[in-house]
Amino acid sequence: MIEIFGVPLVALTGQIMLGIVNGAFYAVLSLGLAIIFGIVKVVNFAHGAFFMMGAFLSFLLLDTLGVGYWGAIFIAPLIVGALGIVAERLLLRRIYGLDPIYGLLLTFGMVLVIEGGFTVAFGSSGQIYTAPDQLRGAVNLGFMFMPIYRLFVIGAAVAICVATWLVIERTSMGAKLRAATERPHLTQAFGINVPLLMTLTYGAGVALAALAGVLAAPIQNVSPSMGSELVVIVFAIVVIGGLGSVSGAAITGLMLGVIEGLTKVYYSEASTIIVFLIMAIVLLVRPAGLFGREEG
Amino acid sequence: MGRALLLALGAVLLVGLILVPFYPHVIYPVFVMRVLCLALFACAFNILLGHTGILSFGHAAFFGSAAYFCGYMLKEQGLSPEIGLLTGVASAALMGAVFGALATRRSGIYLAMITLALSQLVYFLFLRLPWTHAEDGMQQIPRGVLLGVFDLRNDLTLYFVVMALTLAGLALVHRIVHSPFGEVLRAIREHEPRAKSLGFPVARYKILAFTLSAGLAGLAGSLKAIIYQVASLRDVHWSMSGDVILMTLLGGMNSVLGPALGAALISSLYHYFDALGGWVTIMVGGIFIGCVLLFRRGIVGELDAALAARRSAKVSHDEKDNENATN
Repeated sequence: MIEIFGVPLVALTGQIMLGIVNGAFYAVLSLGLAIIFGIVKVVNFAHGAFFMMGAFLSFLLLDTLGVGYWGAIFIAPLIVGALGIVAERLLLRRIYGLDPIYGLLLTFGMVLVIEGGFTVAFGSSGQIYTAPDQLRGAVNLGFMFMPIYRLFVIGAAVAICVATWLVIERTSMGAKLRAATERPHLTQAFGINVPLLMTLTYGAGVALAALAGVLAAPIQNVSPSMGSELVVIVFAIVVIGGLGSVSGAAITGLMLGVIEGLTKVYYSEASTIIVFLIMAIVLLVRPAGLFGREEG
Repeated sequence: MGRALLLALGAVLLVGLILVPFYPHVIYPVFVMRVLCLALFACAFNILLGHTGILSFGHAAFFGSAAYFCGYMLKEQGLSPEIGLLTGVASAALMGAVFGALATRRSGIYLAMITLALSQLVYFLFLRLPWTHAEDGMQQIPRGVLLGVFDLRNDLTLYFVVMALTLAGLALVHRIVHSPFGEVLRAIREHEPRAKSLGFPVARYKILAFTLSAGLAGLAGSLKAIIYQVASLRDVHWSMSGDVILMTLLGGMNSVLGPALGAALISSLYHYFDALGGWVTIMVGGIFIGCVLLFRRGIVGELDAALAARRSAKVSHDEKDNENATN
């Protein structure tokens, strides 16, 4: 058997693959956080709650309406995006211009309401959601067996990141978005409806979180607290990568997923804290983050 | 608020607190001790939020670690409560210095996210350490005899010791906030570059504020471990950090004792509506949203503003009267 530093190759590649899958979720979530923060200037604590809603909606769609995975992957993000738009109009809109701290606190309050609501309605134990038939089973990659669904998640996450990047960098909508991020007042003076842009960005950002939630539903326990545990890790990732760069956020997310996977192989006790340790080291060496600009 | 009114209110509260253990059927003394602990926790937290303008989202780490370390000294080492309390406070203060040194390298929301992440690191450490018993938590921590005189196994003695220590802690918070040091902290909050250009070593002041705030939070956590004889993961979890933020926000972060009022209200909510389960979380979230959207000054802040408005209205009225009289 081939071994690398005393670990069988199969175990190593297996954990790296798992790490990439986790990293894919980190990437999609920190990407959404970065986009929302860029224009709305709110660190969206509720990102994890919307992720959880995406997973729960795919479970509910199947359970009550018989809508399967392929329906859920479109419907759930749309519903959550619409809810995000309502939340932005009713709540977030009122605190623009205040210290960004209040945005963090407001969205934290939203987390409690959403998680509490789901706990009341469905209990705190988890629900099981199975992958669609087409994506069951595993393929032999030569060096290991990989469940097809996990490959699908990696592919989908990469597609989401690339598509988002293209929308932001290559379309006129994206150009407006970038302009509004840099100089909101000037952009508005050019006749672009910045408040509407902010609403839509928030909706799109949380829809991305919900999409990640649908992707996670078959491989994670679907429970009300599944999002908030994740969002704390994503916050650390965002500190490491810096919120200033959308592609930076995605790359950092993927990278840290892999590092976490490797830690599981070589020193599994530290795998839950490795991301936070790396954050502390990055803060000591490069306080602005790997891709960040020096700012507040 | 008028000084006389404030003193009268304080005196009534003090008498009320002294009477509590003699009427356990009116109000549960253990609940009052919990409120006292959390009041100290919230006021200590407010040294950072209200007076330095720093939002820490990781204060549960200080509160919970102190509870664990105090419990460790009492249960695993069989030492006396004064050693437990000192260990709790010292470990929390040290942790506060480390958190402060790391987190103050950034500011604002980044600082909040960093403290949250660091507290999650601490959470996982306590989940893993061999003597913390993971999900079960540390149970049946012996109370012992404080300084060889005060037998904390006696409920009445315990109550008065907890009352004395938390009130001393609150007095210390008051002292810190009204000292020249506290004045510098407020200068940093209002205009950091100016404080820096006046020659104050801002970074060191912030780290010291972190240390003091964490140490006092540690006193609250250690006392909590002695009262309940339990140190659990709930004490180090970020939801505890969220609770202390809410207490401070609700009570009013621009006052010294507003957070204590917030602590009393929020712990009452948890205490009396415990049976409602998830609904309590929804209510707490709703109060959070309401505080941020409607009254950011908190209850004490709004009361203060209302009283000040009335007073100034009265003053201008009086002035008008005087003018009329002279004419």
